[in-house]
Amino acid sequence: MTEPLIALDHVSMVFRTRRGGVRAMDDVSLSLEAGEVLCLVGESGSGKTTTGKIVAGLLKPTSGSVRFRGQDIWQMDKAQFKAYRRAVQIVHQDPYASLNPIHTVFTILAAPLQRHGMVRSRAEAVRRVVELLETVDLTPPESFLFKYPHQLSGGQRQRVSIARALTVNPELIVADEATSMVDVSIRVSLLNTLQRLRDELGVGFLFITHDLAIAKYFAWHGRIAVMYLGRVVEFSPTPALINDPQHPYTRALLAAIPEPDPDLTRRKGKLQLRSLDIPSLLHIPPGCSFHPRCPLFEAGLCDVQRPDLVPIDEKRLVACHVVARERTGTIAKHMASPVGISSNPMIGADRGEYGKESS
Amino acid sequence: MTAWQRSSTSNGNPAPVLSVRNLEVRYFTRAGTVQAVRDVSFDLRPGESIALIGESGCGKTTLGLALLRLLPKGARIVDGEIRYRRRDGQVIDVLQLDQEEIRRFRWQECAMVFQGALNALNPVLRIWDQMLDTARAHAALSRDEVRERSERLLRMVQLEPERVLNAYPHELSGGMRQRVMIAMSLLLDPQIIIYDEPTTALDILTQRAIIEVLRSLREQLDFSMLFISHDLPLAAELADRVATMYAGKIIEVGDVREIFYNPRHPYTLGLIKAVPPIVGELYDISSIPGTPPNLIEPPPGCSFHPRCPYARERCAREMPPLYEVGALHTSACHYWQEVKLERQVVETGD
Amino acid sequence: MAQTARPGKLELAPPGLGQRLATAVKVFFRLLGHSKAGFLGFLGVLFFVVLALAGPIIVPDAGRPDMTKIYQPPSLEHPLGTDYEGRDVLKQMLRGGRAIIVVAVLAATLSTLISITFGALAAYAGGWPDSIIMMLTDVVLTIPQFPLLVVLSAFVKLDRPWLLATLIALLSWPTLLRAVRAQVLSLKEREYVEAARALDLGIPRILFGEILPNMASYIVMSFTIGMTAAIYAQVALYFLGLAPLAGENWGIMLNLAWVRGAIFYKDSLMYILAPVLAISLLQLAMVTMSRSLEGVFNPRLRES
Repeated sequence: MTEPLIALDHVSMVFRTRRGGVRAMDDVSLSLEAGEVLCLVGESGSGKTTTGKIVAGLLKPTSGSVRFRGQDIWQMDKAQFKAYRRAVQIVHQDPYASLNPIHTVFTILAAPLQRHGMVRSRAEAVRRVVELLETVDLTPPESFLFKYPHQLSGGQRQRVSIARALTVNPELIVADEATSMVDVSIRVSLLNTLQRLRDELGVGFLFITHDLAIAKYFAWHGRIAVMYLGRVVEFSPTPALINDPQHPYTRALLAAIPEPDPDLTRRKGKLQLRSLDIPSLLHIPPGCSFHPRCPLFEAGLCDVQRPDLVPIDEKRLVACHVVARERTGTIAKHMASPVGISSNPMIGADRGEYGKESS
Repeated sequence: MTAWQRSSTSNGNPAPVLSVRNLEVRYFTRAGTVQAVRDVSFDLRPGESIALIGESGCGKTTLGLALLRLLPKGARIVDGEIRYRRRDGQVIDVLQLDQEEIRRFRWQECAMVFQGALNALNPVLRIWDQMLDTARAHAALSRDEVRERSERLLRMVQLEPERVLNAYPHELSGGMRQRVMIAMSLLLDPQIIIYDEPTTALDILTQRAIIEVLRSLREQLDFSMLFISHDLPLAAELADRVATMYAGKIIEVGDVREIFYNPRHPYTLGLIKAVPPIVGELYDISSIPGTPPNLIEPPPGCSFHPRCPYARERCAREMPPLYEVGALHTSACHYWQEVKLERQVVETGD
Repeated sequence: MAQTARPGKLELAPPGLGQRLATAVKVFFRLLGHSKAGFLGFLGVLFFVVLALAGPIIVPDAGRPDMTKIYQPPSLEHPLGTDYEGRDVLKQMLRGGRAIIVVAVLAATLSTLISITFGALAAYAGGWPDSIIMMLTDVVLTIPQFPLLVVLSAFVKLDRPWLLATLIALLSWPTLLRAVRAQVLSLKEREYVEAARALDLGIPRILFGEILPNMASYIVMSFTIGMTAAIYAQVALYFLGLAPLAGENWGIMLNLAWVRGAIFYKDSLMYILAPVLAISLLQLAMVTMSRSLEGVFNPRLRES
């Protein structure tokens, strides 16, 4: 079995603040194959942005390992780390903050090209930059070359950000809410550009968003991982997650999203959550962190034992005792890993290798 | 007396509580005069909720501010009328009110909750003090009256008055602060409340809570709501009528179901088709190519025509008026009859 | 679904250095044109700089003492009157700017260089370099600057401009360094810096290409403040007689005017007022000009 492109193995990230330790990520395990699309969905405080930065190597986790093609990136030597850095790039959320206001589009895109020796002359740099601009649908490219960011619209700026990420021929792009701050009418066209990059260049995506509807659209052929307060609570191929959500939090999210359809959306029942308060990351509830709000809450179980992310069928994992018990007969606790299979529950999940072990 | 000044119009509908006609708002900048709101007319009936939907730069926030004469320096209402009918039936001209009268108008007759209201609360004052200040600034009420009203309204927005009134803003979550602002807006029992982006920057679950709160408030209290948003699904949730705005003009108005199931303007159609529905199969979605026009020298003709798939040469010459396309449904498009909503299912789920 | 830009002239060659300088100069003047205060400030600075540099050349010497002409009021022959020894005040004013301004520029340059280098380093590196630099900064900051200057001037003969400049610079860098460090700390978190890290552009490029240019206007302001502080420090030292009173400059003029009782005579008021006014106007001009220059460095402000 080949190693996945990126694998997070029991990664935790704790930020030390004056008010205590903020556990932004708690024992997260994820894996991404080359050319795959994985959506991370969650609300603010879920840890999805932190996960994105960890995958991009911009943050070092407090515990756990981040592996690029099987190698721990924080143990790599300089050359290997350089190669990893170029393979994983990031596109940010805020088009108004992601480009340096004092540089022209040309400077922004030529800098990495020149730095990594990918072009040998100014003329070549110009040619390559023009090519990149065309790839992200900024045409005619020549008219964008010497513009400053403030002369471009939000959507155009995002495209420049994407082009910047493409300069070093990455294998994975971490898109951190890359379409959230763009107008609705342009959002789709940006998503289409990204999808085209995936199809034509084979670039994989870790697409971070709070909008499940966009995640559904972008990752229809991929997988979605839902995060809550620093943990992954459900992980499934997209159609299954949208049509048959298992974790109560996922269900609540899907029920809460307003639909662009008055009859449909007004028939949505009221939220069944037990509490409207969102716990702070400084005081994460014991046991299952969703238990204070969960309609399926069982005292003595959910507030005591933290559920692990376990498979409930060939391709889906859920971190909920009640659901796991219903579907597999046992609550959500890891079994001892058999020899030869990594303890990372995400690896091999889509290949159904766990199907043999579930009782 | 004009038709709408009588106490009910000819088809039996109650007279509007707010009536805007040919409103024109301009920003005077060094680069030129920006025509932010162009010839906008609409009515708001008692108890009705209208969603003003548009993307950034379409003028919706400017319109909201203009209704309360809260425009920033450099912006002016250069033409038009805003007429408001009070509960006692008296009709006043908002643009003619003097400073004292407009102060009483604001909050007592018409309240506004701004964008980013989460941060509109004074961080060094307790919520109770802010409630009191707000009430006293716009009306003469006794402490007890304010107290009683605050407690009642906070309960209606699902907050515990004892806990919230004594708290400072930073002790409350974003969703709670938004609900406090909603309660505060109702303090003086206004007839109209204007919400500018009521759910932006809130988590999905909190958004849902706010939507439910607004719905229940509308059932329990008697007020009209104008909410401004770029979020079309929000309109589907809360609005009775929807008006879409583009480049400073209202380009389509209609009943919410009409707008969503039978849109008659290419821009509205484009907006609907750009939002992916969440449940069910994967529908095709598409974006609207191009960018909105520069409002300093807007080109003649329909502002949307450079981006419109239905455009023809008439559209570049002639600005379309709001045609009647159905019962209480108007659209500013010469070729509205051709506009039809069709959705293709791209893929079904597993 | 192509995004089209405004149609414009298509250029494939990036602007060369000459072209960029020309643009900068054009923007410079346009910005000054926008702000009347800024333009006046610029004229003021220009005036004083020219005065400072050209003065001593135009006026080779201030004239001989002439005891018959002590404290004469302003007249055609002596537009600013004469001093306690009968020398022309105007000539002294023309000759007196250079030393002050040169020392101020030296001091400001030195302190700006120190604060940028170590402030940026501390902010970007973090960890123990940051702790050490901050500790040092705090120590120097808590020492009362002017008394220290006074004490040091007793030990060091401040007859050379660079000595005086160094001394002043050594005491003004802490404030600037803390400000630079705070700016870099905040800019470090910007998303375009993060992208630069992900692209592996390297620390020198990130610091000098991404972060510091965004602080350019800030640095200019710091330089200006450094200059104004240095001018005041010098004048104070001269006024108190702690710096040697050899030569002529405005500070020395102030000292002599005061000591020789110029304020007690109506006729000799210009002798003491002239240097005061000159210094104040210079400070005002510098500050006003630098504020309106922010746009030269920030393209975003150019268009509005």
